[in-house]
Amino acid sequence: MSLKLFREALAGRQRLPRMWRQHSLRDSYEAVIIGGGAHGLACAYHLAKDHGITDVAVVEKTYIGSGGSGRNTAIVRSNYLTPDGVRFYDASLKLYEDLARDLDFNVMLGQRGHLTLAHSDSSVITMRRRAETNRLVGVDSRLIFPEEIARLCPDLDLSDRPRYPILAALYHPPGGIIRHDAVVWGYAHQADARGVHIHQNTAATGIDIQNGKVIGVQTTRGRIKTDTVLNATAGWGAIISDMAGVKLPMSTRPLQAFVTEPLKPFLNVVIVSGSLHAYVSQSDRGELVCGGSVDPYASYSMNSSLDFLETLAGHLLALFPCLPKVRVLRQWAGLCDMTPDYSPIMGKTPVEGFHIDLGWGTYGFKASPICGKTLAELLATGRTPDLIRPFRLSRFAEYDLVGEGGAASVGH
Amino acid sequence: MLLLTCPNCGPRNVSEFHFGNEYNPRPADPAGASEAEWVDYLHLRSNKVGVQKEWWHHGTGCGLWFLAERHTKTGEILRTYLWRPDDNAGPDSETGAKP
Repeated sequence: MSLKLFREALAGRQRLPRMWRQHSLRDSYEAVIIGGGAHGLACAYHLAKDHGITDVAVVEKTYIGSGGSGRNTAIVRSNYLTPDGVRFYDASLKLYEDLARDLDFNVMLGQRGHLTLAHSDSSVITMRRRAETNRLVGVDSRLIFPEEIARLCPDLDLSDRPRYPILAALYHPPGGIIRHDAVVWGYAHQADARGVHIHQNTAATGIDIQNGKVIGVQTTRGRIKTDTVLNATAGWGAIISDMAGVKLPMSTRPLQAFVTEPLKPFLNVVIVSGSLHAYVSQSDRGELVCGGSVDPYASYSMNSSLDFLETLAGHLLALFPCLPKVRVLRQWAGLCDMTPDYSPIMGKTPVEGFHIDLGWGTYGFKASPICGKTLAELLATGRTPDLIRPFRLSRFAEYDLVGEGGAASVGH
Repeated sequence: MLLLTCPNCGPRNVSEFHFGNEYNPRPADPAGASEAEWVDYLHLRSNKVGVQKEWWHHGTGCGLWFLAERHTKTGEILRTYLWRPDDNAGPDSETGAKP
């Protein structure tokens, strides 16, 4: 791809092939993936690459990457709280590290380091626990103190004046940021090249079930016969699952973010503060990408609110007193499918052939590669890989939750 | 949504309230309810796009827990009211809430 780009640029032509093609809808597919985000496309890619299953349709209501995949703040990390969670996200981060080569597409991964600040004794204790769990599982993560924090990020207010003094931080060197659109496009390109059909502007409107088994999917462009369906629609997941009669422990909440005008590079780590409900990183263009906590009540609205902007900007100023004159360029929201234990729900459902990849809450994007890989294995073989067994739907009935609330970037 | 009407205090800024999630009645016979019924009550949610019956708590006001009917996409609030025993009586066809 890059060589071709170079050659075409020299020749002054614009004749690059389309990254993915349009197809007419076939009346049957071996598998149908609902939701054309990073998860759905990664799953299609791995079905084709690892298992040779190319008779796959990805149906997307609008355009690919229009949901959570294009609305997150592009942070990747694996410093979670439970061993199950750490192992899972670490496998994902390892795949991200090789993704550019794997997809032959520059995803602009920058592993610049990730700092989670602790402003109180109790949060120092949680950070210590996370650091130790991470090291046990083999993830590079440790507790650092103001002297080292000042070396990594000199612009933070580390004085003893602030209302929320910085006592320590969980330092996670492999964490960083990535270009989220490139991840979506790279997966779409490689899945398409292997024969997967990507159908944009095609909404799923119903799921046909006979004797407890999936037999087809209805879409706005016609009916598809299939016995394998994956629901990878994140915030909209309850609507699709309802079509199959599967009720889930999820509540959809908007999560807002904003981006400032570009500044000279001054911040080369990702800064997170749970107590202040804030995270910030500087993009390659110099903009500060800032996010906060989910909205205080359930909603499917993606409106921005002044409340959010005001609160988050105030908290960012408390962390970085050097930013008062910086202007905000734009603000947006995405939908998060929150679960009671802040862990995802992946795998089989009581309806045979209907699989879910939901409940991602605020963590979905960073799990895309491993999610695609493990769910492709499940769809192809019918066996649940060990890595995602802890996240099964039946854990709620078995009282076997995977509590990740303490590893949330921000309080919820 | 900026204003929510507390049945006690009248219209107030929504930041005074705490969202108590969608209304999901307790099993009618707690002693005899099955595991599945408790799991449904504890965890499962309809999470619909449309009018939802839900709990709110006037946390920084009078401390009252009350019910609201709110559209989850437009944010429109149809009404707010106090819980009555017959709220548990039958399935609410409009909201899809289970009895």
